[in-house]
Amino acid sequence: MEEKRTKQEYKQWSQETAPRTKKARNLILAFLVGGVICSIGQIILNLLIVAGMTKDDASSVTTLCMIFLGAFLTGINVYDNIGKAGGAGAAIPVTGFANSIVSPAMEYKKEGYVMGVGAKMFLIAGPVLVYGIVTSIIAGIIYYLLT
Amino acid sequence: MNDEVDKLDYIRAFIVGGCICVIGQILIDLTKITPARIMVIFVVAGVVLGMLGIYPVLVNWAGAGATVPIIGFGNVLAKGVIEDVEKKGLMGAFSGGVRAGAVGISAAVFFGYIMAIVSKPKTKSKS
Repeated sequence: MEEKRTKQEYKQWSQETAPRTKKARNLILAFLVGGVICSIGQIILNLLIVAGMTKDDASSVTTLCMIFLGAFLTGINVYDNIGKAGGAGAAIPVTGFANSIVSPAMEYKKEGYVMGVGAKMFLIAGPVLVYGIVTSIIAGIIYYLLT
Repeated sequence: MNDEVDKLDYIRAFIVGGCICVIGQILIDLTKITPARIMVIFVVAGVVLGMLGIYPVLVNWAGAGATVPIIGFGNVLAKGVIEDVEKKGLMGAFSGGVRAGAVGISAAVFFGYIMAIVSKPKTKSKS
């Protein structure tokens, strides 16, 4: 009787804690992967500023470099592994945005260069651009009306 | 530039960038929304926080920790819209966002396309 109870308790305990530890692991990995990617961006940014660029230009070029890096690492099948480990830590940096373009475009290449690569590269990037741009225009109109 | 300042830059970028990603991970774990939706939510949030003048403060403090996450792209759109509305009036609402985001959008389309053309998808253990 007692043994049965402890077995049940253990089962319950393991069911409660297993997803929790997995979630904790996900959060730590997201933090580390996201942090490392942003630090790489900071290295590029600092190098460009030291090279004499204005802060705004350096920021644009950093974005460009990070997008290239994300696209390149996806092309050589490395970024998907980073994504598996890092979750949101790999998806949310702009390198993940590049990954979301290259990954489906590669996969659907067999459907042709127009409706395969050309269309499928916007599978995720498309919605991101649509909602970003539409929100910015609405916000701009509101800003215009308020000023 | 001295090394001390540089080191702090990296620590701030690491912590802020990491925390933004953790927020995304929490949203994924708790609500089970897909990463694609998270990216959309983050861009929209970036536009709103940019318009309100909150996000630029974070960018000043955290540098790449704030600009590298996709939420920073939303902030760039908002920044462009504010600049252009002040210069050209209502038309600026339509020109500012894409103008400011042009480098990011073009780079994503260009490098994305080239890489997709050049590289081969992973063959799933077929010999």
